[in-house]
Amino acid sequence: MTGLAAADKPRAARADRAAFRDFRLEIEEFHFDYADALERGEVEQWCEFFTDDAFYCIIARDNYESGLPLGLVYCEGKGMLKDRAFALRNTEMYAPRYLNLQISNVRVHEAAGATIRAEANYLLLETLVEEPSRIQQVGKYYDLFERIDGRLLIRERRCVYDSVVINNCLVFPV
Amino acid sequence: MPDWVYTDRRIYEREQERIFFGRHWNFVGLECEVPKPGDYIRSYVGEVPVVVTRDMDHGFHVFENRCAHRGAEYCREYRGNTERFVCPYHNWTYDLAGDLVAVPFRRGVKGKGGMPPGFDMAEHGLRNFRVSAYRGVIFATACEDMEPVEDYLGPGIREQFDIIFDGTEQVLLGLHRNVLPGNWKLYQENLKDPYHATLLHTYLTTFGLFVTSNESDIMVDPVGRHSALLSRRPQGRPEVSEEDQAQIQAYREGLKLNDESVLDFVREFDSSWSGAAMTIWPNMTALRQTNILNTRLIVPRGPNELMMIWAVFGRASDDEAMTRHRLRQNNIFGPGGFLGIEDNEALKFVQDGLRRSMPRVGLALLGDDDEETDTIITERAIRAMYRYYREAMAL
Ligand code: FES
Ligand SMILES: [Fe+2]
Repeated sequence: MTGLAAADKPRAARADRAAFRDFRLEIEEFHFDYADALERGEVEQWCEFFTDDAFYCIIARDNYESGLPLGLVYCEGKGMLKDRAFALRNTEMYAPRYLNLQISNVRVHEAAGATIRAEANYLLLETLVEEPSRIQQVGKYYDLFERIDGRLLIRERRCVYDSVVINNCLVFPV
Repeated sequence: MPDWVYTDRRIYEREQERIFFGRHWNFVGLECEVPKPGDYIRSYVGEVPVVVTRDMDHGFHVFENRCAHRGAEYCREYRGNTERFVCPYHNWTYDLAGDLVAVPFRRGVKGKGGMPPGFDMAEHGLRNFRVSAYRGVIFATACEDMEPVEDYLGPGIREQFDIIFDGTEQVLLGLHRNVLPGNWKLYQENLKDPYHATLLHTYLTTFGLFVTSNESDIMVDPVGRHSALLSRRPQGRPEVSEEDQAQIQAYREGLKLNDESVLDFVREFDSSWSGAAMTIWPNMTALRQTNILNTRLIVPRGPNELMMIWAVFGRASDDEAMTRHRLRQNNIFGPGGFLGIEDNEALKFVQDGLRRSMPRVGLALLGDDDEETDTIITERAIRAMYRYYREAMAL
């Protein structure tokens, strides 16, 4: 490595930081729309935040950390997401509920070509009729985004939840 | 069934004593959950927390997760690997069989304090249970003279059990855990109730996994405590008759999944039945449905709540594609699965009804006790369970 390149490095890091800040803002806006779709129960719309070949899973933290692959939800490809959305809309029986999905602490780790690797914290609050609001899930997203035709989409999302013992059941995805 | 069977504290306590600590084998885990020497998991016998270990000679042990000294619950991890358990409070130390192996300052300091001279460590191990590992499934009992697990299961049920647990090596894919605001017996009932399968779980009928015209058999052991719901999925898409469609509110015709591979059935069992949902009294369910293999451990937590620990497994011989197939198919079960969501919601509705309504006696009248066993419009297995329950509880 030449002295010149080494001297350039801090500047490159600064440029990276600025770029990462832009990505972070873009991802945060993405999350606001994503959470809004789920809070409104628009599960079909939720599928459109993913690439066609997306991998999506919700996995308990104890499984994740023990290298056990079982997901609470485990989808390979958008078709499986759509099938879940269809079931939630048409065949599933569950009590009505209000959802409130908080997504925060977005951190961008890596940007290469059209992809961005990032993570975020999430918190799903659920309120059933005549019941107090409760935390249904708290966890972290480990994400890989891909830009397709200028639009950011999720290519991989692993939702790793700390709330390992689930309160009854998880109806809607996070 | 009167409401109080599901809500009364005294009944609940009697169940702990007469059922979970009585003449029964309790399911505590699978061998594949503790695959290596020194592996352990947290588990339960009734409501009592226990630890299940595999020792250095591949023997299994089940003992109370409660220190013999001041009673602290010493094991705080879901799973791990260790040579000994050290209680964090005063460092009493136990080996993988639950025997007490060290007591700090046992002889006191400078001749003062310490345990009384007659204190015998051998008498102060953790309270342990008799253990039997049958075909990869670990059972524990507090009863001194239990019959072998094989005999406890009984011939017909054992045959079905042996198909799921066929003696080949299993691998753990992972666990699900959930609490459910319902009495523990409701979960037993749910798996003894084939009537709800096509009515509540319209996913099954909509996508052709199970319909009322499927060939089925509802098997109950001679004593009435275990059961197996067996079903056969026809090749291709089954017909749902117009009469049946009218009975099933949410039925929609001609729907196809976007990704149908999820329902693929890779033949792997030596059985003409494609599905078996089993209940093993008092705290186990075992399921094989298409290529899903799981067990559920039912943990009572007071009369109005239970915890479920689901263990999902495959076989050591699975290649990567088969493992992924199982993982995809498992979207159907578990507390986030298409059927799991509905069962848990329905049971919560039942317990809500039991807890805060005018007292009444519940009905389980469907079907005839002596008719052929090939109809699913029956609650025969539930009645059999309560006949046995009544006897075991001496009510
Ligand atoms: S309570 Fe465990 S060592 Fe004292
Ligand atoms: Fe069910």
